[in-house]
Amino acid sequence: MKLFSELFTKIDQTTSTNDKIDALVQYLAIANEQDAIWCVALLSGRRPKRTVKTSELWQWSSELSGLPPWLMAESYHIVGDLAETISLILPEGNKTSDYKLHEIIEALNELRDSDEQQRRDYIATMWQQFDKQELFIFNKLITGGFRMGVSDKIVIKALAKHFNTDENIIAHRLTGTWEVTGNTLPALLAAGAGNDDISKPYPFYLAYALESTPDELGNVDDWQIERKYDGIRGQLIVRDSQLFVWSRGEDLLTEKFTEFTNLASILPNGTVIDGEILPFKDGNFLPFHVMQTRIGRKNVTKKAMQEAPLVMVCYDLIEYNGADIRHLSMGERRAMLEQLVTHTTQAHPEVPLQLSPTIQCDNWNEVAKERMRSREYNCEGLMLKRKNSEYKTGRRRGDWWKWKVDPLSVDGVLLYAQRGHGRRANLYTDFTFAVWDGDELVPFAKAYSGLTDKELIEVDAWIKKHTIEKFGPVRSVTPELVFELGFEGINPSPRHKSGVALRFPRILRWRQDKSMKEANTKADLLELIQAYRG
Amino acid sequence: MITFDKCGIFCAQAGVYIDPWKPVDKAIITHAHSDHARWGMKAYMAHKLAVPVMRYRLGADINVQAIEYNEPVTINGVTISLHPAGHIWGSAQVRLEYKGEVWVVSGDYKLQHDGITTPFEPVTCNSFITESTFGLPVYKFPASADVYADINAWWRANKEEGKNSVILAYSLGKAQRVHAHLDASIGDIYLHGAVDNVNKIYEQEIGDLPEAKRIDANVNRKDIKGAMIIAPPSAADTPWLRSLQPYKLGICSGWMQLRGTRRRRNADRGFVLSDHADWEQLNTAVKATGAENVYVTHGYKSIYSRWLQTEYGLNATEVDTLYTGEALDETGETEPANNEIIQ
Repeated sequence: MKLFSELFTKIDQTTSTNDKIDALVQYLAIANEQDAIWCVALLSGRRPKRTVKTSELWQWSSELSGLPPWLMAESYHIVGDLAETISLILPEGNKTSDYKLHEIIEALNELRDSDEQQRRDYIATMWQQFDKQELFIFNKLITGGFRMGVSDKIVIKALAKHFNTDENIIAHRLTGTWEVTGNTLPALLAAGAGNDDISKPYPFYLAYALESTPDELGNVDDWQIERKYDGIRGQLIVRDSQLFVWSRGEDLLTEKFTEFTNLASILPNGTVIDGEILPFKDGNFLPFHVMQTRIGRKNVTKKAMQEAPLVMVCYDLIEYNGADIRHLSMGERRAMLEQLVTHTTQAHPEVPLQLSPTIQCDNWNEVAKERMRSREYNCEGLMLKRKNSEYKTGRRRGDWWKWKVDPLSVDGVLLYAQRGHGRRANLYTDFTFAVWDGDELVPFAKAYSGLTDKELIEVDAWIKKHTIEKFGPVRSVTPELVFELGFEGINPSPRHKSGVALRFPRILRWRQDKSMKEANTKADLLELIQAYRG
Repeated sequence: MITFDKCGIFCAQAGVYIDPWKPVDKAIITHAHSDHARWGMKAYMAHKLAVPVMRYRLGADINVQAIEYNEPVTINGVTISLHPAGHIWGSAQVRLEYKGEVWVVSGDYKLQHDGITTPFEPVTCNSFITESTFGLPVYKFPASADVYADINAWWRANKEEGKNSVILAYSLGKAQRVHAHLDASIGDIYLHGAVDNVNKIYEQEIGDLPEAKRIDANVNRKDIKGAMIIAPPSAADTPWLRSLQPYKLGICSGWMQLRGTRRRRNADRGFVLSDHADWEQLNTAVKATGAENVYVTHGYKSIYSRWLQTEYGLNATEVDTLYTGEALDETGETEPANNEIIQ
C-alpha cells in the first residue's frame, strides 16, 4: 500500500503527462505482480466489488471521529467526495503496518459474507493504521470510482514502455472484460488470439472536433465524408458463432439489443463492425431520446422493440475472417465493409444493418452545405476521415475529424445552484436554468460545463451573495443572471415541468449584457421542437 | 456594547469602528490585509507593525495612531487594547471593556506558530467575535515546520530538473513567512515586485530575510535558473509568470487541504499553509476566551455557529460581514498585484 500510495502522491502532485508515465513505469518495475495488475485494473476503471455499505462508513466514521452526523453531512457537501471526507476527519493513524495492495482488496472482498460487527472491526482496525493519503486510497478502494488524473492513454504508454510492447497491442488487451484475481500483467498482455476472451472488443478510434476550416485539410478527394449519427457508438462482434455488442463506454450490451441476435449465425466468424446503434422506423431514424427510454428499461418488452427498433449504421470493419485489419487503409476497409454488408443484406433483407452512406462532394463548399443539412437527417454533423488512414486507438488528431453543426441555443435565467464534485468541490457550479412561462420562471435545463474557471469563481461568489434559500447542498438564488445555453437537440418530455428535455445542454456564454426579462420563453422552446424534431 | 451596522463592527460608546468597510471617522484596524484595512477613514488606530504597511497601501498621509500590544487606550470610558492574533506580523485582536463587560474582536487569527509572527494570545472575554474561514472539521493543518521542509525539498527537486519553482502566496504575511524559511543554500531567490515592496517594510521593521532579488527590468530572465520565485496569487496566468518558464507552480493555502481545490487550480503542488485557524485551533481559541456569546463572521459561519451552539452550548450567532478570509480564487476583492492603491 505504501508503494501504491507513493505512486498516487506522485501522480497527484504533477500535471505533466510524462511525469505521470514515468511514475507508473517506476511503480511497475518494483511492485509485485498481483499489485501491478490491480493497479492497472484500478487505473483503467475496474473496481473491486463493493462489500461495505456507504451508510456503514458514515456511521463508523462518525463514531470514531466523535462528530455528529449533521456535521459529517455538511463536510461531505463541501469536500464533494465521501472517501476523502472520511480520511480528513478521522484521527491520523499510527502508520505502523504495510499491507500489499492486493491483500487489502482481497480482504475487502472477503467481507462480502461477513456480518456488520466483523466488517466494522476490520475497517476500524485498518483506519487506525494508515497515514492520510493511505487512508484516502483505502476508502476509495471501498467506495470505488478511482480517479487519479490518469487517462487510459497514460496507462497504455506506461505499460508499453515497461513491457517494451506496441501501444496498440496493449490497448487492445486492456479492453473488454478480464480477470484480475489469479491473473498477471504479462499473462494478460501476452494472450494470443487462441486463448483469448472471444468477446474482446478493440479500442475505439475517436475523432477530435474540427477546429479550423476544412479547406486546410487539403484535397477533398482524399477524404471520406459521412454523417455523424446520434446514437450509441458500438462494436458488433461475431466470433465462434457468438454475438457480442459493446458500447463505446465498454459496456457489454448484447442483451439489450435483441435485434442483433440472429447475426451470430449470419455474419462470418471473426467479424468486428464499428458503427452507430440507433432506432429506425418507417424509413427514418428516430431521435436519441427514444432509444434512451428503451435502454433505461430493465427488460426489453415487445412494445419497446416495436416503438424503437434498433439498427446499426456500419462505419467501419476492423476484424475480418478473424484477422485484425486495423492497419489497412480506410479505403480498403470501406471496400470490405461495403461488400460484407451488401452481401449480408441481400441474403437476409431483415438484418438490422445499414451502411453509413458516404457523401460525394467536389469541394469543401459542398461539404459545408451538407453539414448544414445535418439536422434534416437527425445527425449531429459530419465525419471527415482520411481515405488512407489506419484505424487508430483512442482520440487522435490528424486523420479523423468530427465537424458538428453549431448547437441550438436558448437564453435561460439562473434559478438554482448546487455544489460541484471533484475539482469543482466547494464551488457552486451545477446550475438549473429557467425560461419564462407568462410571469413565471419554469426550470428547463441543468448545465455544469462551459464557463471558464474564472467565470465559475465569479458566479460562485455572486451565488453566495444572492442566496434566497438553502436546501442541503442546493441554493435558490435571486433570478437575475442570464446564460446562453447550447444543446444538440430538443424533445418533448412529460417528466419536466417545462415540458421539454434538452440533449447535451451546456453553457455557451454568460450573457452579462442581458437582463432576465430578455431570457427566452417556454413558447420559444416549443417552437424549436416543431422546427427541429425528426 | 458592540453592534454590527452597514459600515462595520461598531462600538457606539467609544464612537469607533473595528475594520469598517465604509469610510467612518475612527477605525481600529486588526491587520493590514485589504479586506480589513480599507481606504477612506478619517482616523486609524493599529498595531505599530501594521502601520507602515497601511501607509504604503492606503497612502502615506493617512491619519493613524500606532500602538503596542497590551497598551490600553481609553476612549469615553471604553478601555481598548490590542493583543497578538498570530495571523500575520502586526495583526491584533481588539479588546474592548466598558463597565466590566469585555468584548474581543479577533479579526483573522491562527494559533499555529509560524516562526515570524507574535503568537496568538487568548484573551478572556464575555463576547468573542471569531472568523470561521476554515470552520469545518476536514481542515486540520500540518505543522508549519513540515510544510517548510516540503517546500524546500520541492524546490531542490525542481532545481535538479532544471526548473524554477514559483510559489504563489499573499504578498503580505504569507510571502514573508515562506521567504523566511527558505533554505537559501539551495539556490537563488527572486521576488515579484509586490512581494518585494512588502518585504522591504518587513526588513525595516522586523529583521532580515534570506537574500533575494527583485524581478525588474534589470534582471535578465535567462539568469533565473533553478530559482525560487515568490509572487502574489494574482500573478497566476499572466505573461509575467510565463516569462519564468520552465517552472513548477506551488500554491500555499489552507484550501489546498482539499483535493478538488488543488486540482482545480492546476498547480503542480499545493502546500497546506494558512494564516487562519483550522478546526481545532478555532475550537481551542473559542474555549480559551471563556466567552458565553460568540459571533461568527466570514467563512462557514452557519455550520460553525451551529457547532458552537449544539456542542458547547454557547450563544453563537452568525454575522454577515464583508471580510473575505483566505481568498484562494480571487474575485478582485483581495490585494492588489502591483503597487496600486485599493479604492
